[in-house]
Amino acid sequence: MSTHKISLTVNGVMQEAEVEARLLLVHFIRESLNLTGTHIGCDTTSCGACTVMLDGVPVKSCTVFAVQADGGSVKTVEGLAQNGNLHPIQEGFHEKHGLQCGFCTPGMMITTSALLEKNPNPTEDDIRWGISGNLCRCTGYTNIVKAVQYAAEKMQQDAG
Amino acid sequence: MIPPKFDYQAPTNLEDALALLSANAEAKILSGGQSLIPMMRFRLASPQVVVDINRIDGLSYIREEDGWLKIGAMTRESTLDESDLVKSKYPLLADTAKMIADPLVRNRATVGGNLAHADPANDHPATMLAYGAEIVATGPGGPRVIPVSDFFVGPFEPALEHNEILTEVRIPQANGSSGGAYMKLERKVGDFATAAVAVQLKLAADGTCESVGIGLTNVGLTPIRASEAEAVLRGKALTDAAIKEAAGLAAAAADPEPDYRGSVEYKKSLVKTLTVRALRLAAERARGGAA
Repeated sequence: MSTHKISLTVNGVMQEAEVEARLLLVHFIRESLNLTGTHIGCDTTSCGACTVMLDGVPVKSCTVFAVQADGGSVKTVEGLAQNGNLHPIQEGFHEKHGLQCGFCTPGMMITTSALLEKNPNPTEDDIRWGISGNLCRCTGYTNIVKAVQYAAEKMQQDAG
Repeated sequence: MIPPKFDYQAPTNLEDALALLSANAEAKILSGGQSLIPMMRFRLASPQVVVDINRIDGLSYIREEDGWLKIGAMTRESTLDESDLVKSKYPLLADTAKMIADPLVRNRATVGGNLAHADPANDHPATMLAYGAEIVATGPGGPRVIPVSDFFVGPFEPALEHNEILTEVRIPQANGSSGGAYMKLERKVGDFATAAVAVQLKLAADGTCESVGIGLTNVGLTPIRASEAEAVLRGKALTDAAIKEAAGLAAAAADPEPDYRGSVEYKKSLVKTLTVRALRLAAERARGGAA
């Protein structure tokens, strides 16, 4: 069965690999690239723990084949911090205790980054709607919403 | 879970995709992949060849043309959800796009895939039944048109030949006196509907119901068109009594299985309630001129 040469950028770094057609993007990211910040939760396209940005759009990387990302660009949680400084979203989750066990957090933050790019000043409803594809079994979401609000404010200050 | 092995092909034009289907009896089309890939992981599907149509240009569009709203098969649900044209003139479609799966799945999932998968639990089938939509299927001999009422042959069985690809769905262009609504109860975001009801109607100048379509989600082996409920409303004023009678007939048309989402009685009762609400909202929207 088929194998394919793929090349794509992951967090800005060009990666080339030969992959089996059936290799899921999340397995490529975790096992081939050793970027284990992206988690596998439910494995059934439900929980959003494996969320990564694919060509600027957040997707569940357990439900995309790695070969489909050929020629594209991927951003994972490891791509959020720049020059050793936490991204405002990471800072928000830290400051507002937007996590307990932390398992959902990488996916939650990638979804947040897409949400804030589209809607820099979201209402609480916008936030809850925007993260509704990412499950958290610890926090009850309250502090996640606060973390996103913190990040939104911080990013607007930084931009303005 | 790792899917079984397969050959992967990513043609860049429709002709090549059709040729691959003709050459491989065990080939399967991959569009958004949000149903197919989970099914492959669960070994519910084991296609020997996967034909990825994501690299074919020209299959993603939403435009009004020749009296139709034409939607390209590869249009993502998130694109539909964000379309100003859909939001302003096609409220039934806008309601539906918001309720499908979850925001991350909607970023990949396609309108064509949602229909071609022919899952009675999917949302677009009922919507398209209510709209009286047409499906355009393209095969080696060119495109053909299939009325959506003939499209859902059985569970996961669309009226597509093996060497055909669903390329477009088109719904009658909205006018000022039409309106629609989709009412769905789901246990949580991302779950399939416990039941859902799609309504599209057009009001005559005197306020009576000129035409109406009612589609039901996940209460039978196929998506269901509630024809008897439609028939009692046609030409009538949309009084509370008429709406309740139609809702009763819609509930009677539902043929659900009991499962962890509810009993047969509960689901039928739900169809009745959702039909009443969808008819009321659709009529309100039609009167408001919001289409």
